[in-house]
Amino acid sequence: MDAKTESLLEIHDLSVSFRMYDHALGQRDLQVISDLHLTVKPGEIVAVAGSSGSGKSLLASAILGILPDNATVKGHLHYKGQQLTSQLQSKIRGSEVALVPQSISYLDPLMKVGRQVDGWKKPRPTEKRRGLFRRLALPEQTENLYPFQLSGGMARRVLVSTALISDAELIIADEPTPGMSLDQALEALQMFREMAKEGKAVILITHDIDLAFQFADRVAVFYAGTTVETAPAADFRSGPQALRHPYSKALWHALPQNGFQPIDGFQPYAGNLPKGCLFAPRCPYATAQCRESVPPMETVRGGEVRCFHAT
Amino acid sequence: MPLEAKNVSFRYDRKQRWILEDQSLRLDRGEKLALFAPSGYGKTTLAMLLSGYRQPTKGQILLDGAPLPKTGICPVQLICQHPEKAINPRWRLRNVLEESSSLREEMLGEFGIEKAWLDRFPRELSGGELQRFCVARALMSGAEYLICDEISTMLDVITQAQIWNVILKHAAQSNMGILAVTHNLNLARHIADRVYDLAKREYI
Repeated sequence: MDAKTESLLEIHDLSVSFRMYDHALGQRDLQVISDLHLTVKPGEIVAVAGSSGSGKSLLASAILGILPDNATVKGHLHYKGQQLTSQLQSKIRGSEVALVPQSISYLDPLMKVGRQVDGWKKPRPTEKRRGLFRRLALPEQTENLYPFQLSGGMARRVLVSTALISDAELIIADEPTPGMSLDQALEALQMFREMAKEGKAVILITHDIDLAFQFADRVAVFYAGTTVETAPAADFRSGPQALRHPYSKALWHALPQNGFQPIDGFQPYAGNLPKGCLFAPRCPYATAQCRESVPPMETVRGGEVRCFHAT
Repeated sequence: MPLEAKNVSFRYDRKQRWILEDQSLRLDRGEKLALFAPSGYGKTTLAMLLSGYRQPTKGQILLDGAPLPKTGICPVQLICQHPEKAINPRWRLRNVLEESSSLREEMLGEFGIEKAWLDRFPRELSGGELQRFCVARALMSGAEYLICDEISTMLDVITQAQIWNVILKHAAQSNMGILAVTHNLNLARHIADRVYDLAKREYI
């Protein structure tokens, strides 16, 4: 029980599947997330990196309880030691847990930006918002603009400020930085860091793993709907020899400054997952054991990894 | 035989501010140029002007000295940041690819497109998978110039490297000119011969 109260959010063996129509009236379940683990402690920034379509955004929806009706969620989700039921989700959603959505279309197209950020039920002080806008280099007249008048990067910064102005204890930022210039992205992440110093927690879902490595405390790497490695961000900064999973190493090598070398093949499609380790078909070290059974999450050198051959 | 923007300016209407003011840019066949600027400096607008999606308020876009053709498949193709907005959501992906050229199924493997996906709708694929369709669509149409507007910011680094390697290979084969709009200087330096800063109006 103690371990659970320590962490703000604890996710174990999470699986999410969607009920889909197959042929005519036949239905089948499409499993998109399986055996996923993630723990977030107060004061921490956890980056979630991984391939496109690996279930990163779905994880955010699952935590908030905003998945569509045809989704089935299984597994253990605990928030502050309490089981995360749909009642609890609707209570904390938007108050204790804030989302920075991935798509800029989440902004209300018919409302001026300033009012959207303040909130309308209990508007927050204008001064606080103006301060945030200044730090994010948004001109003062931005507050009187409608979302369609913003550039992509400006809209992103407005979305980030909606989370920063709230009193949330957990911020889930889903791709907050694309479209921002490097300075702006660094400033936004610096503001997340300040929130973390106040004892709040941030889940930073991102493809910009360069930034994630610099700013996060820990990095969780997702692949095809499961966690393959969770490790201190320092390991990702120091290079492939410090990493544990072959997919994490492949991510590192694919960065433009590290050789731009992609591995062959593509992430398996959700309806057509391999039987054993999900990464086995693309893995240079795969053996018969990897193709037969799913490796468990194990602790190796202070990080967790899902690989039979990790050392 | 270049693609040129000559002193182009753009604003949406008279009451609004200039989004682009008097910018000039030249892209030759076989050249790889990266376009870099802070957000809000009109990178996307310039990309849309160069590919004929919008007309400049002042100035000209010239392809080999003449305006862009108004009919047929444009030799300047744009790939956008959000593939889900660039594909008709009510068409199966087979139709999307067939619109611009006769479909060569043997080429699909290069882009990592599985044949089974052709009969799906866009919403049934992830962003990375859709972006590969957009790249395939642009390259298969026989484009001479490719304008890539932040095409890989929504993608993981492995998919990013895969897509760019395919584009660079095709560009080399058919002597294509590439303009890559990006915020990522590491990426810009890796894929392009030169990097142009739109804000400072100089090559860096």
